Amino acid sequence: MTAQASQLTSAQEPAAVSPAAPVIRVEGLQAFYGAQQVLFDVDLTVMPGEIMVVMGGSGSGKSTLLRHLVGLSRPAAGRVELLGLDITRARSMEMLALRRKIGVAFQGGALFSSMNVLDNIMLPLREHARLDRKTMEIMARLKLEVVNLAGADALMPSELSGGMLKRAAVARAIIMDPTLLFFDEPSAGLDPTVSSALDDLILKLREAMNMTMVVVTHELESAFKIADRITILDQGRILLVDDVAGVRRSDNPRIQNLLNRRSEETEVDAQAYLQRLTGETPTPPAATNETPEAS
Amino acid sequence: MTEVIRDEEGRFVVELEGEIDLERAPALRKTLLDCVRRGRDVLVDLSRVTYIDSSGIASLVEALQDAGKSETRFGLIAISPEVMRVFELARLDKVFTIHPDLGSALEAGA
Ligand SMILES: Nc1ncnc2c1ncn2[C@@H]1O[C@H](COP(=O)(O)OP(=O)(O)O)[C@@H](O)[C@H]1O
Ligand SMILES: [Mg+2]
Repeated sequence: MTAQASQLTSAQEPAAVSPAAPVIRVEGLQAFYGAQQVLFDVDLTVMPGEIMVVMGGSGSGKSTLLRHLVGLSRPAAGRVELLGLDITRARSMEMLALRRKIGVAFQGGALFSSMNVLDNIMLPLREHARLDRKTMEIMARLKLEVVNLAGADALMPSELSGGMLKRAAVARAIIMDPTLLFFDEPSAGLDPTVSSALDDLILKLREAMNMTMVVVTHELESAFKIADRITILDQGRILLVDDVAGVRRSDNPRIQNLLNRRSEETEVDAQAYLQRLTGETPTPPAATNETPEAS
Repeated sequence: MTEVIRDEEGRFVVELEGEIDLERAPALRKTLLDCVRRGRDVLVDLSRVTYIDSSGIASLVEALQDAGKSETRFGLIAISPEVMRVFELARLDKVFTIHPDLGSALEAGA
């Protein structure tokens, strides 16, 4: 956990960033899977301490955007700047230093089943830092405390509930005291109470640690609760970037559709299911070729 | 490492400065544990610390626990509001004795 008036005055951050500058800046991002274009000219700016929620239907490109934001995928065109560093051009040493400042809790980022909770959470520390084992253990236990998993050190992932697993993943994502935190569908598959507790945790972390966060979710309630601003993706394009009130006010039918998503979602799932059964790839622009879990 | 250890009426006062991060935590840990192991009370002055990450905080926690084992006192001085928020997040404000300044720490007999 970090503590300072502004995260951006840390010596490890590139000098180019001043407190008024965005910590994430995306310009003209284009992304493809093979010949299929999934992101079109995406521009995005996130300010220090801001929680930016990314919403959109299944297959709209949310996860792809997130993968580009953290440098897991290289854009076909455009630039992605984190903490003043253009990660599409950064050298590996620069990327390594940057990665220490980034926490990622993705859907695929499950805990290692062969390690207990404490070892899972300490993993990034072992990769990035040279610390005494005792220091690392205390750091990990502090994070468990923060995510309300105190005492779960010795449990194996298989012994945790869905909500506990997410919390443990959050603990691991924040073990290095990141400046930037990225979540992909943190509350997917959780019941409403557990999911709401996760929202509280996200807000608590921002409050105490001054983190900037990008949270992908398609839980409307959650988005409205945690977001400073919401980016709505539709078939790989940005439809709207606005605060909660602005999104609610929007009379764009596609956004209204998203807000009254239930009926639409059922339809989307049916199509995705059909495609899964037939093994057919959709014809672009595709909004509906994913399994519900992976959306 | 900008750290000064002073002797204040028989106790060690460790004055820290600047940013305490992953690079500095190991040295801080060593300093604190050395002080505690000499069997004296220790006060850590954080008034000039602008940033402390959780590796630094973990070092404080370990030293506090060692002090408890050797029945010496271990207190913190002048925690900034930002650091305090992080302490509260992990409820460390309930664990450490925290004094507003050196004067009140000495007055409290810490
Ligand atoms: N690894 C992949 N290979 C090929 N196509 C992919 C891959 N991942 C995602 N896609 C496609 O890219 C589009 C955007 O996917 P994704 O970013 O996962 O959307 P979302 O997270 O919004 O559901 C979808 O059409 C999806 O099928
Ligand atoms: Mg997704």
